[in-house]
Order: sequence, then C-alpha cells, then structure tokens
Amino acid sequence: MGQYIKLIVLGLVALAAAIAANYGRDLAYQVHAVLIMLIAGAMFLWEVRQTDEPRIPAPQNEYMDGVIRAGVIATAFWGIAGFLVGVIIAFQLAFPALNLDWAEGYTNFGRLRPLHTSAVIFAFGGNALIASSFFIVQRTCAARLWGGNLSWFVFWGYQLFIVLAATGYLLGGTQSKEYAEPEWYIDIWLTIVWVSYLAVYLGTIIKRREPHIYVANWFLLSFIVTVAMLHLINNISIPVSVYGSKSVQVFAGVQDAMVQWWYGHNAVGFFLTAGFLGMMYYFVPKQANRPVFSYKLSIIHFWALIFLYIWAGPHHLHYTALPDWASTLGMVFSIILWMPSWGGMINGLMTLQGAWDKLRTDPVLRMMVTSLAFYGMSTFEGPMMSIRAVNSLSHYTDWTIGHVHSGALGWNGLITFGALYYLTPVLWKREALYSLRLVSWHFWLATIGIVLYAASMWVTGIMEGLMWREVDANGFLVNSFADTVSAKFPMYVVRGLGGTLFLAGACVMCYNLWMTVKAAPAKAPLSTAVPAE
Amino acid sequence: MSNAPDIDPETQVDTTGHEWDGIKELNNPLPRWWLWSFYLCIIWGVGYTIAYPAWPMVNSATAGLLGYSTRAEVAEDIALVEAANGPINARLTAAELTEVSGDAELMQYATSAGGAVFRTWCAQCHGSGAAGAVGYPNLLDDDWLWGGDIESIHDTIAHGIRNDEDLDSRYSQMPVFGEILEEPEILSVVQYVKSLSGTPDNAALVTAGEEVYLDNCSACHGDEGLGDIYQGAPNLADAIWLYGGDTDTLIETVTYSRFGVMPPWQGRLSEAEVRAVSLYVHSRGGGQ
Repeated sequence: MGQYIKLIVLGLVALAAAIAANYGRDLAYQVHAVLIMLIAGAMFLWEVRQTDEPRIPAPQNEYMDGVIRAGVIATAFWGIAGFLVGVIIAFQLAFPALNLDWAEGYTNFGRLRPLHTSAVIFAFGGNALIASSFFIVQRTCAARLWGGNLSWFVFWGYQLFIVLAATGYLLGGTQSKEYAEPEWYIDIWLTIVWVSYLAVYLGTIIKRREPHIYVANWFLLSFIVTVAMLHLINNISIPVSVYGSKSVQVFAGVQDAMVQWWYGHNAVGFFLTAGFLGMMYYFVPKQANRPVFSYKLSIIHFWALIFLYIWAGPHHLHYTALPDWASTLGMVFSIILWMPSWGGMINGLMTLQGAWDKLRTDPVLRMMVTSLAFYGMSTFEGPMMSIRAVNSLSHYTDWTIGHVHSGALGWNGLITFGALYYLTPVLWKREALYSLRLVSWHFWLATIGIVLYAASMWVTGIMEGLMWREVDANGFLVNSFADTVSAKFPMYVVRGLGGTLFLAGACVMCYNLWMTVKAAPAKAPLSTAVPAE
Repeated sequence: MSNAPDIDPETQVDTTGHEWDGIKELNNPLPRWWLWSFYLCIIWGVGYTIAYPAWPMVNSATAGLLGYSTRAEVAEDIALVEAANGPINARLTAAELTEVSGDAELMQYATSAGGAVFRTWCAQCHGSGAAGAVGYPNLLDDDWLWGGDIESIHDTIAHGIRNDEDLDSRYSQMPVFGEILEEPEILSVVQYVKSLSGTPDNAALVTAGEEVYLDNCSACHGDEGLGDIYQGAPNLADAIWLYGGDTDTLIETVTYSRFGVMPPWQGRLSEAEVRAVSLYVHSRGGGQ
C-alpha cells in the first residue's frame, strides 16, 4: 500500500515539475523544475522496478549507521567544494581578472560568494551536524534512530536542498538575504526536510533507554528547534508567481534588516555554536577518554547561552536606521554572552584534565583542543566587536571577515575534522585511522592556514577602518574607497594563501579517510551485542 | 544507581553517577573566576542599560541617564566641522574663481576640500587619481572636451553633461553615421582620422577618407581635426582617445556614436564644494 502511495506521489511530483518547467518565468526556476522532474521520474521508475523485490526488514537491534556513513562522505565532499570556492573568490578579490569575462553572470564574485558561504555553513557544516547528531543521539540514548527510513529522507532531502540552493545562486535565483539566499520554493522544501529531521531526532530521544538526556543532545535539540524558527520567520515572503523564483519580503526597511540579523546572528549562535558544541560534548570526552569536566557548568552555560544569544542580533546594525535602544540591547546581551560562550570552552578543555599528555601522541585530540582555542578566541572577539565604539571601526571592514573565519575555519572546521577522524574508523569498523602522520600534516596545514587568514584580515581590516575615518586638519576625508582597496592587495594575497593551505589540509584528510576505509585493518566484531532495541 | 559516590581516579572528583556510551560527568563546581566574570558582565550590563537608551516601553524606549544618541553625536561632529569651516566657505563662495589661486590660504583650503569631494563623488568614474578610464576623461592632461579654464570646469561640474536633470547641462550629440554613410566611407574616414595623429593601417584609404571627413565631420571637429570645446567635440589630432584609438573602436564610434553623460552637481553639493572641486580639478596639471 505504502508503495502505491509513493508511486502516485512521485508521479504527481514529476508531472507538476514538468508543468512548472514549461511555464517557468526564469532560468533558475526552469532548471530546478527540470531537475526535480528528472529526480522524481527516476525514483518513480526505480520504485516500479522494485515492486516485486522482497523487502528485507532492517535489523532493529543495531544502530542505524548507513545514513551516518553517507553523511560523513557528504561532509567531506561539500567541505572540499566549499573551501575550493572560498579559495577562488579570495583570489578573485586579489586579482579581479579571475572573474572571467566569458563566464560573467555565472562565476563572478557576486554569484560565487553566497555559493561559498552556503556550501561551507549549510552543506559542510549542516551535513556534519546531521551526521554527527544521528550518531550521538543513538549512542547516548542507546536507541536506534526513530522513523525507519525517514532519516534517509532527511539526508537526501538535505542534499537536494543544497543542490537547488547552489545552482540557484549561479543562475541568479536569490532573495538577497545573507545566509538565507534560497528562494521561496527551496525554503519550503527545507522546512519539510527540517521538520522530518526534528521528528527523527526527537523520536529517538523519546524512545531512549538511558534515564537522562546527555548534554550534547540538549545543544543539538536547541539547534534543530531554533533553526526551524529562524528559518520560518526570516523567509516570510510572497512569490511573485508560482511559476517563477522571485518573491517579495513581507517585512520592509529596518524591520526587515532587524529580522534578517536576528536570523543571521542566530544562524551563528545556534547552527555554528550550539550545534557544534553538541558535537564537542560527545567527541572530546570520547577521544580523550575522560569524563566531562563539570555537569553544573554544562547546565548553566547551556541555558545562559541559548537565552542570551537570541537577543544579540542588533549588534550587526549599529549606527544604522535601527533605533539606539535596540542597538544598546544587542551590544549588552552580546557582552553578557561572553562567559556563557566560554563555559563550553572551559568544559571542553578541562575535560582533558588528567589526559593532557595525550596531546603529544594524539593529533586528532590536538585538533579538537585547537578548535576549542579558536572557539574561545572568536567568542571573545565577537562581544568585543559588538561594542559600539569598536564596531564603528570594525564594521564593514575585513576585520569582520577575519573574525568569522577564525570561528568558522578554527572552531567549526577543526572540530568537524576531529569528528570525521573519530567517526570513520568506528562507522567502517576499522582498527584505527590509516595514518596519524597525515592527521598531523592536516593539523599543521589547517592551523597555519587559519593563522595566515585571520592575521591578514586583522591587519587589512583595521587599516581599512582607519583609512576610512582619516580626516585632514579641515575635517575632510583623506582617502577614497579605491585607495583602501589598492592598499589591501598584499593582505588579500596572504589570505588566499591561507585558504589554499586550509584546502590542502582538507584534501589530505579526504585521502586519509579514504585509505582508512579501503586499506586499514578491519576491527574484530564486538563480543557483546550493543543494546540498541 | 548506587549511593556510593563514583570517584574519578585521575582527579579524585566524584561523578554525577550517570553514564552515556562510556561518557561520565564530573561534579566539579562552577569555576569561581568564570562565575564572577559572568556576574560582573551582568552588573555592567544593567548599569549600561540605565545609562544609555535601552528598554522598550509602550510608546518609546528609555532614554538613558546620559542622554546619549548616535544621531545627535554625528550631528554634533558635523556641526563642529561646519562651524569651523563656515567663514572660509563663505569666502570661497564669494570669491572670483579666477582669483582664488592668488590667495594661498583659500587655495590650500579649496584643493583640500575639493580633493575630499573628488574622492567621494568623482573617483567612481574618473579614478581616485583623476586619470580617467575608457569613456571617462583623464583630468590630469591638458586635453579638455568642454574647456579647461576654471570657469568652464566649474560650469561643467555644476551642470553636468548631456543629462536631463539640469537645463543648463552641456549638450551635444554626434550623429549615428552608420545610418548616414556607407560602410566603405566609414572605413576610409576612420583611416583619415587615424592619419591625423599617427599612421593609418591602410594609407590608400586616407585620401577618400579626407573627402568624407570634410563633408561630414569637419563642421564640429574642425578642418584640421582640432575639435571644438564649445560643442564638446574632441580634438582628433592629439592622440588622446576617450573610447580608444584603434581601428575597431573608431569604426564603432563613428557607426553608433557615443553619448557620455555626467550628472549635475549643483544642488547635490554646496556651491563652496562645487567651487572647491573645480579648483581641485583645475589644479591637477592641465588647467588653463
């Protein structure tokens, strides 16, 4: 019966997509409609061919790891793609000729920049979060994922979202909201996928066999719930036509700006901070083989973090049309947020108490600890930059870009690499990683890359801020904007090199993970069964 | 769970007694320095929101004890500079433009103010060093489309070129010769124009081109191709090209014509600013 419904739905989707492709008003929409038609059609045919195949029920007494293996591969793949686009746009800024006249309108900086940010945050980071949260929630609840193949729907649905978003940017389908560029129909699709994700996650927690919910799950659940809320509210828009990608935002002017930065800041707060803290709270104690430092600290900093973060958005709009009172509150909440953010760093670092010597021998642990150091650095820098007086210098300069990347490359990147190094041998049942030496190489390539990136952006950001505000004795501006652009050139080259090193490190990682799966000796099966179901 | 505390052997701290997939949690208290820093941030935050505009009420937000406002702060800064420059701006507005260069103090002020205006409003097209770009004249040389004395430059900046916003805008239009001349005529006239400032690609066409030139172009560009600043007709004999002097570009220019536009700055900028930027441009090297 279920199969018939599936066939009917797939057939209708393919038909609707064909109609949409026919009436489509713009290129992005037409390409997407054709893409969906082909996918739905192929799935329809595959389902038809499967009708008389016997169905083997999945073993219910095992963890559901297939979808996590797929997630690990997707994370590595999108990571390389996102870093590569990042390196390309870094060099496009240094050498504008790389905008390639013949590909103008598709691969110029304006089109590639959202492709880079979405690829690293949502494709690389999002897949890392979905895969590791599925891993963590099963292990810490001692329960198989709820919902059967729903988790596979979440995985493939999310990949479709990524492909639609990415191709949309290149073809000009964007609603021009930073980190929320995808147009209305992609937003609706992501909502469906995300609600399924929440259902799988919550369902697994509800059927857990442990009496308590582990701290990592608090963070991951707050991330899933809040991202759903942010996504829904920031994307309230009305399509110009059901046959076109263009839509009109419901909020206007400064209210739209405030909603956008409430979203944008909490994308950082809940996607890149809370979600990744959830990863940290599982993988650091596992890799160090030590208990978490303080249960009390984890409770206090969790509730303080999620309560305070949601109010900090207005610090993105200092000295704009936003009223002063909102700007003050954004700044005050950002500064109070400093210690709750650091709570996660302390809890992670102090978990190594009694195991510090492992840093000498375990490059994976070293990577995780370095990620916590970068986390601490950028969660200090963030509150500092939210202070109005500091912001008047730093805003609109490359300092912001440097800040974001010390957090994204240092914290999110390194903790994800650490998680991938932990997950691959476990998921593919290997004794150990193929090579720890290559992990060390990756560690140093990535760390030096991040330092070059962040340092060059500090220098150029502060220089640019000072040049913009420089006035002569009569109060006249000394520099034109183009003067600041040409002064930044050497630092732009250094930044590109930093990115290249980071990308090279990630390639080393992919090779190492590949060889782990392919060549590392298999692990002997556990003698005792895992108590899953 | 047993009542006996589970002690971690490494640190001698007891755990919470829970375990998830092998992970335990220690019962360490909150680090004191962390807690006190958190409290201090909260106390500071409360104090700051009392001092500055912060809490939204029914109709408006609390204004804060210090009476601070970002807009007022900027307005104050601007007012200070304007008050300081008021008298000299008045002098600049009243002065004869031709006589400003004789007054060292006023000229120094005008070029400094004009430089700032230029870098803010003009650099986008003419470049931050005023060297121009394709379609945007170089302001450093002594080749002037509409005249290079200070009065002409001021007039051009104040009213702009070929715009619909200002009735006194400079205006002229080259015909679209693609609709008037045959293709061979265009090719030959281009060769003739090239011969005025250098070597043509095809010397055989020059004589035929000269005839076409004298019939169609000389009315504006002059018999010798020296141009006419009263119509903004470029000098064609000085090897300076606004859109490019290669054969293909010249064919394009003659066939389709050009229509460079500059906005009027009067009204958008104060008269003192328009004068300052005129003097700045005039002093760049090519002023007559």
